Amino acid sequence: MTAELVRGQNHPLPDTRLEIRVSSGAPVAVAATLFDAAGAVAGAGRVVHPGAPSLPGVEVSRQAAAEHRLAVDLGAVAADVHRVAVLLALPADPGGPGRFGALAAPFVAVAVPGGAAVATYTLTGLDTESAVVALELYRRQGAWKVRAVGQGYAGGLAALFRDQGVPGAAGLAAAVQDAVAPAPAPTAPSAPAPTAPPPPVGAPAPSGGPVDYTHPRRRTATPPPPPPSAPPAPPGTPATPVAGDAAGWSMEERLYNQVWGMFEDLARTTAAYRSAVDFAESRMERELEGVLSDPRSRIGTAGDAARAEARARCRELTDRAREALDRDLAQLTAESDVVEPALPPAFARWDHPVWHAYRAPTEAPMALRLGDLHLRERPELRIPMLVRLPLERGLWVDSGRRGSEQALLMDEARLRRLALDTAVAHTARLLAVHPPGDFTVHVIDPAGSGAAAFAPLTASGVLAGPPAAGPGGVATVLAQLTRRVDLVQMAVRGGAGTEVLPPDLDTAGQLLVVHDFPHGFDDRAVTQLRYLADEGPAVGVHLMMVADREDAAAYGPVLDPLWRSLLRVTPVPDDHLADPWVGHAWTYEPPRIPQDSQVLQQVLASVAEARRTWRR
Amino acid sequence: MSINLTKGQAISLQKSDGGTLSAVRMGLGWQAAPRRGLFGSRTREIDLDASAVLFAGKQPVDVVFFRHLVSDDGSVRHTGDNLVGGAGQGGDDEAVLVDLQRVPVHIDQIVFTVNSFTGQTFQEVQNAFCRLVDETNGQELARYTLDGGGQYTAQIMAKVHRTGGGWTMTAIGASANGRTFQDLMPAILPHL
Repeated sequence: MTAELVRGQNHPLPDTRLEIRVSSGAPVAVAATLFDAAGAVAGAGRVVHPGAPSLPGVEVSRQAAAEHRLAVDLGAVAADVHRVAVLLALPADPGGPGRFGALAAPFVAVAVPGGAAVATYTLTGLDTESAVVALELYRRQGAWKVRAVGQGYAGGLAALFRDQGVPGAAGLAAAVQDAVAPAPAPTAPSAPAPTAPPPPVGAPAPSGGPVDYTHPRRRTATPPPPPPSAPPAPPGTPATPVAGDAAGWSMEERLYNQVWGMFEDLARTTAAYRSAVDFAESRMERELEGVLSDPRSRIGTAGDAARAEARARCRELTDRAREALDRDLAQLTAESDVVEPALPPAFARWDHPVWHAYRAPTEAPMALRLGDLHLRERPELRIPMLVRLPLERGLWVDSGRRGSEQALLMDEARLRRLALDTAVAHTARLLAVHPPGDFTVHVIDPAGSGAAAFAPLTASGVLAGPPAAGPGGVATVLAQLTRRVDLVQMAVRGGAGTEVLPPDLDTAGQLLVVHDFPHGFDDRAVTQLRYLADEGPAVGVHLMMVADREDAAAYGPVLDPLWRSLLRVTPVPDDHLADPWVGHAWTYEPPRIPQDSQVLQQVLASVAEARRTWRR
Repeated sequence: MSINLTKGQAISLQKSDGGTLSAVRMGLGWQAAPRRGLFGSRTREIDLDASAVLFAGKQPVDVVFFRHLVSDDGSVRHTGDNLVGGAGQGGDDEAVLVDLQRVPVHIDQIVFTVNSFTGQTFQEVQNAFCRLVDETNGQELARYTLDGGGQYTAQIMAKVHRTGGGWTMTAIGASANGRTFQDLMPAILPHL
């Protein structure tokens, strides 16, 4: 039985050997302060922190990480220790989030080592604080108890230590920040404490071993910490939304599921509203017709009264439907307001601060944001359009004017440029969210007409090579990718590993961006392209067409299956996407990079830099 | 306190403390009657299907059944098709969850029906019941036990409908014939 603590609540602990699990939306440093019976801290030596990670009975990780497991043995702590405060602090990284309010609510669980959680606590309501006392473990009449504290400090660790009465608070805070400053990227599991039990079965195998038995999407076999859930709301009012309030094995998966939950809720609540309005209107029409066909209503004012009543009934029902819709939309908007700031780069808009603090990831994300979706009832409530990675189908950035109303209004040259810019933004995002070396991008630009738009990619040197030009270039790239698909398919079907593949073969995921199709394509090249579209996604070769279908009209219907196999996205807002539950037409909005923002160039520069260091 | 309903009996879903129920579950359970005679131990599987039809002013607006498990507005959810029924141990074999707070404003009645998809009549069914459970605390509010079998293949079990500001459940218990809810529409209309 796990107790979900609220702030201030305490809970008895069954054992002195405990594991404290911390999960947060961004790397945090974890520390612990040991108090004596009088509530005083004897000295900086009584603080366990990344710079001095071990004291008898308590051990913390040497680095900042999004997930921590601390081993605590309260039986081994010094006899005069009566209270242990567990602290979380955000690294003082100028690119980091800097405040807990920008993240999903941190979650801590006190558990029996390797077993179920005894008590959990979600630290909600943090805002500008950058350090927080999460929990206290304290002695009470010979037994240990845990209390949820949740006291945050906008002044950071220094203010926190000062408040705790730690001598030399500022120096200690600086020491902690120094210890976590280099921030080694991988969140390596902390070394087990002497008193700690062996790591749970199924923990990630040590890297470098010959065989990795871990499932690529299931990182650990131990039960995930429960998601942060909204604190119970007073009756009659909806719960305050919390980012990450959904099922999942990691914060990323929880946020992904939460976004999809919001997507479904918005689809369904809008369906309820539309259905009610349709019903109200059809009922009014029926009633008005009834009045018209009733001979009694033709004389006197009875007819007018009946008509007025029918209209009033319609209005009354529509108003009530609107009220219900507004109530639901207010709740979803509040949820969106906490979820958007907590999103990781792959799910975040380009104007999100995480993109300014971009660092090459060590793991590919589970999904990618392709843009935003909204319905006409509340255009400002936008749901991130997340697609799973690796992509199951290619993308088609439609540069044709006939595809959508907004595109029709636009000048053709501008639309084509916009389509290219959109494709470059999608490509940059794909490159940035994959670990260096895991994703290779090829560009086909037969006539070189997209050179200006492709400049951010070419200038930063993140492409596999310069954009392929002319029929020769097209043929070379297509032949190379076709060979890769063929060989990997054979290896997969034969059940052999990647070791049977020729050494020159790039096993990274591949993206082929095709501009100006079918310029420069002969029949053989078109056939190869179709082969890549059909067979590529299963073996990690993806296609992104930036094309106007009309340009390839000469091929007739034989290319229809190609277009259909691609996920069509537009460079301008367009309502061509349907949700899987009700089938509303959602307006898709392509990703927008803020005007005059250098975020794309900066991110691509970091990607290029990460690749250079990775190759070395 | 659970109330055993009789045909036509209605109970208000207003809570005794004045609050209204927010979510209810209509559970359905049944058991195939054992056959007598040679090979009598062989019970034949019976597939009963629970459906919920949402009405606005006597017009069917949406239906939740095994092919459409969630109403478009998300307020009514079917937990999934059970093809064989339970051992009749009292648990629900199929259930329909209704989030009363989220039912669209124009929906004023939700009718629950049971059809024998495999065509056996209710003579071959025993221990069939439907019950209404307060989903927030798992308490049973009302139970309606189907009368012993008859030569029919469907039952219009009960309805929940708006009364004033809250909801009321009425046991209907009318027999009818049909394989899916579509066949029942003419039989449902008189009960609205």
